[in-house]
Amino acid sequence: IIVGVPLWWRTTETYRAWLPVSQINELSNLQLQLSAEVEVVFARGTVTPEQQKKVPLTQIQDEEHTVDGDLFINAVCLVVTKIRRLQGNICLKCVFSRGHSFEVQDMDVYVGQRRTALLRIGAQMRVGKTLDQLLAHLEPRIKQVLQVMSFSHTDISAALSDRVRLSPGNKESIADSMRTFKSSPGYEITFSLLNPDPKSHRLHWDIEGAVQTYIQPLLTKLASVANFSIDSQTLYYAMLGVNPRFDSSLSAYTLHSDSLAHVINPVEARLGSNAASSNPVLNFLLYVPDAHHSPLYIHDRKKQEVPSNAFHSPRWGGIMVYNVNGFYGPEAVFPVDVNINMAKVMGVFLAQLRLLLGVQSSTAPSGFLVAPCGSNGLADWELDRLMWSRSVENVATATTTITSLAQLLEQIGNIVINDNIAEQVSSAVTSLQLAVAELETGNLRFALQYSKEAILASERAFFDPSLLHLLYFPDDQKFAIYIPLFLPMCVPILLSLLKIVSDARQKRREKQAKKD
Amino acid sequence: MLAIFAVQLTLAVLVTSVFACIQYRPLLFFSSGHTNNWAVLVCTSRFWFNYRHVANTLSVYRSVKRLGIPDSHIVLMLADDMACNHRNPKPATVFSHKNMELNVYGDDVEVDYRGYEVTVENFLRVLTGRLPPSTPRSKRLLSDDRSNILIYLTGHGGNGFLKFQDSEEISNVELADAFEQMWQKRRYNELLFIIDTCQGASMYERFYSPNLMALASSQVGEDSLSHQPDLAIGVHLMDRYTFYLLEFLEDIHPSSKANMNDLFKVCPKSQCVSTPGHRTDLFLRDPGSALITDFFGSVRKVEITMETINLTEPIQQTYSYVDQLPVSEIIHQKPKQKDWHPPDGFILGLWTLILLVFFKTYGMKHLKHIF
Repeated sequence: IIVGVPLWWRTTETYRAWLPVSQINELSNLQLQLSAEVEVVFARGTVTPEQQKKVPLTQIQDEEHTVDGDLFINAVCLVVTKIRRLQGNICLKCVFSRGHSFEVQDMDVYVGQRRTALLRIGAQMRVGKTLDQLLAHLEPRIKQVLQVMSFSHTDISAALSDRVRLSPGNKESIADSMRTFKSSPGYEITFSLLNPDPKSHRLHWDIEGAVQTYIQPLLTKLASVANFSIDSQTLYYAMLGVNPRFDSSLSAYTLHSDSLAHVINPVEARLGSNAASSNPVLNFLLYVPDAHHSPLYIHDRKKQEVPSNAFHSPRWGGIMVYNVNGFYGPEAVFPVDVNINMAKVMGVFLAQLRLLLGVQSSTAPSGFLVAPCGSNGLADWELDRLMWSRSVENVATATTTITSLAQLLEQIGNIVINDNIAEQVSSAVTSLQLAVAELETGNLRFALQYSKEAILASERAFFDPSLLHLLYFPDDQKFAIYIPLFLPMCVPILLSLLKIVSDARQKRREKQAKKD
Repeated sequence: MLAIFAVQLTLAVLVTSVFACIQYRPLLFFSSGHTNNWAVLVCTSRFWFNYRHVANTLSVYRSVKRLGIPDSHIVLMLADDMACNHRNPKPATVFSHKNMELNVYGDDVEVDYRGYEVTVENFLRVLTGRLPPSTPRSKRLLSDDRSNILIYLTGHGGNGFLKFQDSEEISNVELADAFEQMWQKRRYNELLFIIDTCQGASMYERFYSPNLMALASSQVGEDSLSHQPDLAIGVHLMDRYTFYLLEFLEDIHPSSKANMNDLFKVCPKSQCVSTPGHRTDLFLRDPGSALITDFFGSVRKVEITMETINLTEPIQQTYSYVDQLPVSEIIHQKPKQKDWHPPDGFILGLWTLILLVFFKTYGMKHLKHIF
């Protein structure tokens, strides 16, 4: 018994590697501190020299937000005021200048392509004012710019929606969060050309060139956020599932916005996808209507033509209708060779891609003029904004994954925890701690990198195929297994024990009798 | 002239009424909160006399496909092949109605898990996502936090369990735990669970995750009965609950506004003999506001693209093509590691016992021959 019982116990227990449970519990009370650096530059003539001397060099502003009571965020804003020429640092710059550099009258802020915002200085500033009034004038405007260009409370709340289920806030933020794809290490983009009428149209599109010229710059810039892989295909005899109506006033066919929802499903069955990867897929379809239904226009709810002639579906992709009837006359010999103008098509697809990836923010507040995005299709501050929300989202998701995994493993004592899972969990925990630290100091690139590592490690640990709790043994089943085996063995042991006890008692009685 | 005017008037009335409906559309966009639909349809029993379970699953599959969910978003698990069974007098067909009115097997059926691949382990792996890396996309449930999932189970069941393949069973506790893990990882937005077995209501008793709605064909202690036998094929073709469910779904089209309260009324006791049950306390929305097409169909939300980017001048810069996935990640083959475990404690004890008995009976002198 002395040897057997411990031996049996050791060999029947399940192997469970050690997990950093205390650190995981710490992580569940997540306190995120996000800090953004802003440089404020006063152009010449905006601030008098006396005011210049009084303005402090650095100022930190804290703002605490609670999200669902469980999570606190501090938005720390370091305001460094200097009077010098602009330099190319990674932090935001708010430049105050006089009115005459602004062309539009009622515009107060011009947001540039890199990380600069030009703010018009108010008329009150020119008169000598006290320091407090100066700061009081500056701070809300800088805060507003920061909310547009870096992050705002609604953005962060939306990014944390994985962790806290929010009750519906304003409709635009919900639409934004429903539309953009969740953060994922990779995405697949598929461009499809739908030609329902190959007998009439022979379509040529230079998709490889167009992708390299227009789409690839954007994706290269987003390389730190995710990996992208691009496919393209052409589908023949692919019809729309909806019949367009003929509008005699326009002598064209129209698709009403209500029927657009039913267009996607019949087509989706015929679109392939890469069987090897489980990354989310963005589909962009270019539909060229057949000769009998050309031209085809999309009408919005107010029965007005949509200039882009395209629509998109949240978390799925976009469809654009491209009319080619203008390229040939009525006496043309079919099939007609058509070269598709890829610049126009890619303009629409790029806009849809920005929306679906979450780059495009909701409309800027009034008085703001946003510069059109550059040749890359992405302004620097938009990339920063995306990186902020992605980092926060990754950190939140990884934390939820790790804490729920720890909870699950604690609850079900029968699951075997292999060494590689413990390794992944530990590395996820360290990456998370590093990511939170980097967010605090405002190093956005490192924060994003660590958060991506954390997510990869936590997903790998959570979805490891060996963690299946099929070993669900309720206690009565355990008894049912062991009793028929041990009971026959125990019977002779018990009987012999009884015999020994009765013998001992008899001997004691004899001794007693002897003594007497 | 009058006729034309009347027609124009009716058209005008129609147009205005349609326009009135359009104004309510923005609210619908936000009311359901889902952007894609998935379906997991499982038939758990094999053998020819369980034809009706395969027919049940295939008729739900057919309805779900007809209402718009594509094959890439359906995980269909059939434990046995009835269409090509040797005993099927009409090969390549599975009928759901006597007189062979409706062939639910069609020519567009994509079965993801077939035959002996339908096990409790695989079912739980699909739900929780813990599949080996070599699993193809069509066998995975790639849902996210905005997916509405329909789960349909049918087969033979009992109080608290469902039998798989005549050799194993899944208990209601395991199912509830699997759903909780799905919730923890936010793998669904809302989940509709339908089960058509005997004592089916016991399977949803233990659920505790939010946003679950469950329907069962019979209460605890009751048996679900089959609908009608077909004399030509020789077996029962459908179960009653799914038969009336299919009848109800045939009336639904993709833009229908029927809601869950109508679904609860399907197959009352007079038709079904058993009492169908449902559970909505974990569902956050009011069941009357949940449309049938929220789960059975796939109505996409659509937005018009208002902005475009002006790309008139091509950029004269060369960039390298984006890297494809490295081959080592596509063909992921990790050798299976089989750790050597010391023999089980019980076996050790048994051998010790046998050895002791042997030496007791034959004496210790034989020991020196062994060692």
